[in-house]
Amino acid sequence: MDSTEHLQLIYIILAAAVATFVTRIGGYVMITQMKRIPPRMEAALNSVPAAVLSTLVAPAFVQGGWDVAASMLVGFAVGLRFSSLWMLLAGWLAVMALRHWML
Amino acid sequence: MVSAAPFGALFGALAVDNGFSVFDAVLMSATLYAGASQMVGIELFGQKVQPWLIVLSIFAVNFRHILYSASIARHIRHFSGLQKFLTFFLLVDPQYAETEKRAERGERVTFVWYLGFAMIIYIPWQVTTLLGAIFGQMIGDPRAIGLDVLLPIYFMGLVLGFRKRDNWLPVVAASSLASIAAMHFVGSPWHVSIGAIAGILLAACLPLPKRHEEPVTLEHEV
Repeated sequence: MDSTEHLQLIYIILAAAVATFVTRIGGYVMITQMKRIPPRMEAALNSVPAAVLSTLVAPAFVQGGWDVAASMLVGFAVGLRFSSLWMLLAGWLAVMALRHWML
Repeated sequence: MVSAAPFGALFGALAVDNGFSVFDAVLMSATLYAGASQMVGIELFGQKVQPWLIVLSIFAVNFRHILYSASIARHIRHFSGLQKFLTFFLLVDPQYAETEKRAERGERVTFVWYLGFAMIIYIPWQVTTLLGAIFGQMIGDPRAIGLDVLLPIYFMGLVLGFRKRDNWLPVVAASSLASIAAMHFVGSPWHVSIGAIAGILLAACLPLPKRHEEPVTLEHEV
């Protein structure tokens, strides 16, 4: 990375830090200013994290190759019952095993 | 809070793998202090997504904090301005959960208690980020030790964590399919915004639930 790109990254991080702080103080500001959020807007806001994060999961599953897809399925199965730390461990073991013995 | 430590190290290692320096990784942990969104940030940066879209995505993932700060407002009315500033800066998922629990027990939420609890999470988060980033620098090919599968599985864990929310499955299905289609027809990085908009629009149009929900917290999140 050259220095212009690196400076850009620093700006991204600082802008994201400000944006994050806005989310952390936003509810306090809103509750002292506004009465209530319209229900459809609230439903839309509620869906934001799952909607954004899904776009980081689905394409990786389709494009990452069969070993990545298989280990994601293992992680998914584990994640239905256990915490995400176990998901990560299971998925990681799966991909290491697949690459070691199958490729 | 102890369970957040592996994620700090994971963030540090993957940040370096996605083109961050050790300094950048620690700067991000110190100023954002929001694990899931930090992972999103490094993933999108690694994909060469435009800067404004990276910041917007981080904002979107952190949006749940608005519910937290609205909800704890009633417990911290007696804090001074500076104390409130610090309080909101440090408002991560476990901090929110513990503050609500303490208030529920009828104990007073004091600034000293709040700051003390926050430091037990904040300081290890920085230290583990640093250690993870240093470790990440020593790794040659992250694929060789299987690090490349960890981010998608981590994000999948977060998606699963929201599964009690209304309309979770239709939102996830819409965003997933739209992002795959957009990746195919439009190309990266537009799949992120197109996929997200598809799910959010669907959620706004689906029938509204009757009851009002408490915000769902993530299990381990910083």
